[in-house]
Amino acid sequence: NTFKRSPKVDWDELEELLVTSDIGIRLAMEIVDDLRDKGRKIDADDVIAECRKVVMERLPDSTKPLPLPTSDGPRVILVVGVNGTGKTTSCAKLGHYLQSKGHSVVLAAADTFRAAAVEQLETWAQRLNLPMVKGAPNADPSSVCFDAYQSAKARGADYLICDTAGRLHNRNNLMAELSKIRRTLGKTDNTSPHEVILVVDATTGGNAVQQAKEFHKATELTGLIVTKLDGSGKGGCVVAIQNELDIPTRFIGTGEQAKDFAPFDASQYVEELM
Amino acid sequence: MFNQLSDKLEGVFKNLRGQGKLSERNIKDAMTEVRLALLEADVDYSVARDFISSVRDEAMGEKVLKSVTPGQQIVKIFRDKLAELLGGDQAPLELTPPARILMVGLNGAGKTTTSAKLALRLKKEGRRPLLVACDLFRPAAIDQLETLAREIDVPVFTPDRDEKNVIKVAKQALKWAETQNGTVMIFDTAGRQEIDDALIRELEDLQKFLQAKEVLLVADSATGQQAVNVAKRFDEAVGISGIVLTKLDGDARGGAALSMRSVTGKPIKFSGVGEKIADFEAFVPDRLADRMLGM
Ligand SMILES: Nc1nc2c(ncn2[C@@H]2O[C@H](COP(=O)(O)OP(=O)(O)OP(=O)(O)O)[C@@H](O)[C@H]2O)c(=O)[nH]1
Ligand SMILES: Nc1nc2c(ncn2[C@@H]2O[C@H](COP(=O)(O)OP(=O)(O)OP(=O)(O)O)[C@@H](O)[C@H]2O)c(=O)[nH]1
Ligand SMILES: [K+]
Ligand SMILES: [Mg+2]
Ligand SMILES: [Mg+2]
Repeated sequence: NTFKRSPKVDWDELEELLVTSDIGIRLAMEIVDDLRDKGRKIDADDVIAECRKVVMERLPDSTKPLPLPTSDGPRVILVVGVNGTGKTTSCAKLGHYLQSKGHSVVLAAADTFRAAAVEQLETWAQRLNLPMVKGAPNADPSSVCFDAYQSAKARGADYLICDTAGRLHNRNNLMAELSKIRRTLGKTDNTSPHEVILVVDATTGGNAVQQAKEFHKATELTGLIVTKLDGSGKGGCVVAIQNELDIPTRFIGTGEQAKDFAPFDASQYVEELM
Repeated sequence: MFNQLSDKLEGVFKNLRGQGKLSERNIKDAMTEVRLALLEADVDYSVARDFISSVRDEAMGEKVLKSVTPGQQIVKIFRDKLAELLGGDQAPLELTPPARILMVGLNGAGKTTTSAKLALRLKKEGRRPLLVACDLFRPAAIDQLETLAREIDVPVFTPDRDEKNVIKVAKQALKWAETQNGTVMIFDTAGRQEIDDALIRELEDLQKFLQAKEVLLVADSATGQQAVNVAKRFDEAVGISGIVLTKLDGDARGGAALSMRSVTGKPIKFSGVGEKIADFEAFVPDRLADRMLGM
């Protein structure tokens, strides 16, 4: 029936849906405007599908793999982020993931600051049967990473994963410490670190973009891990980060066990976003 | 920090200065700006909507419309209402014997650190706090609390490392406390997502057993739109008595606090302002109100 009018789209509701995913109000408004411009072509029945398409366009190829192991030393993955996002857990999970793909992995316990941070990673390392290098209590995290690199190289390990202490991105001295870790890792192999991964908590709101900006400045991020997607947080912040800084999401965390971890799949993610 | 929002609002009203009259359109534009500020500060979508409408009436009043600086007036109304909502009924901790404080919250929010911070604060007030490690789940959670307790010289109950039953641990801790001459017990619990029914049930059982008069929801100030759900679910499950807002030393706008406060009606009692045990303060509502509006 050509005279039947399509059900009208409730644009406010769409905006609400986007905002509640933590994509940010500005980006939500931008996306809603994008869709509105398409005018009559969209009706209430397919607005979600159309919206997903628009979000997908803003997310890159999700399956960019980690650098492959070579014979000139371990590929180094430096893991950074603000306090409590899930760095230590993600280091363990990532180590386990790589190991399950047949690679050899060494962990570096370079959070020498927080109470029992080393013990935490050590427990994981024992549980997952991953070798771990640690320093003396309160040792300089750069030197722990340096030693870990030498040890991983001597073992002929494929990957070295460095856990670092949580730090807020507005603390200049702590961000400088991270830049120093980065420089130190480059001393033996000037292509190292090969990946710098920011761990972002899916529970985080708009501040996540600010976090990414500052960590990017200090360490040149190459990717994100978004954690705690098993909660009710949608993790829309990674779309915002991608949109603003062009940093792709590499892996997701979906629980507190080693198995609760997977490569990021953009279409599945967008499906669950709204 | 420079006040971007009130600048913007003033802009909205600039042309009307001297005319002594504001149109509804002007008010509406101003409301739009404030709404944006609230949403950018991570205030919950519907909480922001309700808040705006509750303030709109007042902004439409004679006093504002006739003022020479209506933009500033409106910002002030918002700010004052925000501050009132965030901290109107600040309540002290309920510490009549048996004084027990149960710390709950999402993974990584800051419960263990805050347990130690609170213990130090109570100690400085002349009380004799005892810490109890009830996180049997996270690797090295017990070591973490033990290390912090040692640092502030507060007695701590640490269960066997392979114990999995949290009620059993709580029972042992109460027995242990009889020998400790303490006056207030602080129970650190494992982080959990509010939609994880099994883990929420564990917390319910623990609180049924402990009957703690203080149940503090520890929440990260950078929390986004999940905040309302978190506050509701924890409150339904264990009846929270207050909120502790952590990581306020960061630059998050902290809108989650308003959302949580507004759906539970429970006061924000303390704020965490750093990683060190002494970085802990009574909550200051005015400061957060300014921050949320970008002032
Ligand atoms: N539910 C859930 N919890 C997670 C996930 N990833 C990590 N966690 C939990 O989040 C909490 C913090 O994790 P950590 O790995 O200690 O975080 P971190 O970033 O190393 O913390 P700091 O080193 O203190 O900055 C722990 O309770 C973890 O079990 C996840 O994907 N889902
Ligand atoms: N900058 C800053 N860091 C904080 C604050 N409170 C806690 N932290 C840090 O946040 C991280 C997580 O703190 P925890 O106390 O381990 O959090 P938790 O809620 O016990 O974590 P789980 O038990 O794993 O759920 C640690 O790195 C703490 O040092 C704060 O107010 N400011
Ligand atoms: K989720
Ligand atoms: Mg850690
Ligand atoms: Mg804890």
